[in-house]
Amino acid sequence: MSAKTADKIATAVIIFFAGIIVLIMAGLLGFILVRGIGHISFDFLTSPPETIKKGGGIGPQLFNSLFLLVLTMLITVPLGLGAGIYMSEYAKPGKVTDFIRLIVEVLSSFPSIVVGLFGLLVFVNVFGFGFSLFSGALALTVFNLPLMVRITEQGMQSVPQAQKEASLALGLSKWKTIKSIMLPIALPIILTGTILAAGRVFGEAAALLFTAGMSSPRLDFSDWNPLSPMSPLNPFRPAETLAVHIWKINSEGLAPDAPEIAAGASAVLILMVLLFNLLARWIGRLLHKKFTATK
Amino acid sequence: MQNIELSTKDLSVFYGEKQAVKGISLDFASRQVTALIGPSGCGKSTFLRSLNRMNDLIGGARITGEIWIGNENINDPKTDVVLLRQKIGMVWQRPNPFHKSIYENIAFGPRYHGIRDKKKLDQIVEESLTKAALWEETKDRLNRSALSLSGGQQQRLCIARSIAVSPSIILMDEPASALDPISSAKIEELIAELKRDYSIIIVTHNMHQAARVSEKTAFFLMGEVVEYDDTSNIFTNPSDKRTDDYISGRFG
Repeated sequence: MSAKTADKIATAVIIFFAGIIVLIMAGLLGFILVRGIGHISFDFLTSPPETIKKGGGIGPQLFNSLFLLVLTMLITVPLGLGAGIYMSEYAKPGKVTDFIRLIVEVLSSFPSIVVGLFGLLVFVNVFGFGFSLFSGALALTVFNLPLMVRITEQGMQSVPQAQKEASLALGLSKWKTIKSIMLPIALPIILTGTILAAGRVFGEAAALLFTAGMSSPRLDFSDWNPLSPMSPLNPFRPAETLAVHIWKINSEGLAPDAPEIAAGASAVLILMVLLFNLLARWIGRLLHKKFTATK
Repeated sequence: MQNIELSTKDLSVFYGEKQAVKGISLDFASRQVTALIGPSGCGKSTFLRSLNRMNDLIGGARITGEIWIGNENINDPKTDVVLLRQKIGMVWQRPNPFHKSIYENIAFGPRYHGIRDKKKLDQIVEESLTKAALWEETKDRLNRSALSLSGGQQQRLCIARSIAVSPSIILMDEPASALDPISSAKIEELIAELKRDYSIIIVTHNMHQAARVSEKTAFFLMGEVVEYDDTSNIFTNPSDKRTDDYISGRFG
């Protein structure tokens, strides 16, 4: 076989596999959207669910998912950035650093149900946060932190050594170099990691079953005092997220239109993730432009 | 007798077990260009990088001996390297402008060192770019990305960036070797201009360049300085056979 034929065959095979992947993805996405999109209406997005009657919505669940996302990211991003920068720039290479890296790797392959049970044990019971958004956010942090740390470390390591040296040679401190020269260059990579982590928050159900709980109190959307128990902003109330709701309604839903609600909620979930992705990328590009003056 | 800007006493650099620089003692006169020449791997770049403690960044590098600037030995653990590096600028082989605008590349250092006044910063940017012979080409696009400049322009920008924090010494590590001949000639012209205000130590592989731009030349071989003399002597009448062999192209 000539090199040219081999090259052609390899190209064809690769295109074939890529095509299969695209087909599967498009099929899955299309299936969920086609089944669910008809059920989405303003009413569906805003009204609370019904237990046994038809026509319940997913309003509180949608809000819970978004709120939990914000809460989790508020905890995960600073921790992840800090640890990632430490691992990349401050930790001396050696046995201890390698050991920390190993732990991070192990942690990232933890099954999420185990993280959920750990959360139940530690956050819900020992620390006494109860079934709450806060417990859920902490469990998701355990779940997402390894990803965030690794991505930050990779992002920092992707900055050319010459950039770092140029900054230090001007007499800038290490921290200033990290903050003003390295982080802006690493930003696109770190942002991708953050989006991945955020996507997992949206989609995660198992880790939340035992931490954030499977029910929502009757939320009063006119009460925005985070301390009052019926307020949507109270981080210490139980909160069922969209993903948990889909799981619950599929396995034990009593409403006659449960399959439609599940389908509609799935479509909403996917659209939310998509929207969030696009938004985050757009903001990331804006920031990158601002810091690096690229047009 | 000329003023001595910087001198090393018995300076050695080790990478782990390997000794890359072997007890070098050299004096560098102020407002002169000193060229460090020698075959690849002779330790000249390593020597240069230890003068502003850049080798500190490399894990496993160990530097012994003394480096004197004025009456301070800067190879001392107590030396504030951040302050030190402000006094010693550096330019690398490959242009490495920051991924920022042309203006920001220059203003970044001075602003960090305490100059906040916009007018003053504008003035520093203009002066530095003018000194680096880049002002005319860039004055209308200071807000464009530095990466939009050509390689030669980027290198002059890097020189402008280093003089913006007003160092007294500039270290150059083969500053023209990654550039085309025309850009390279511009850098050489620039070096001839800059030595009126700065003491320049330049590592170069190009012996013609060394002969053209420098007053003094040190010939490095295997981590040692074989000969250190006026450039004219080194190139016309070297006292060591090995120097003669190297500059006449018999090895290296």
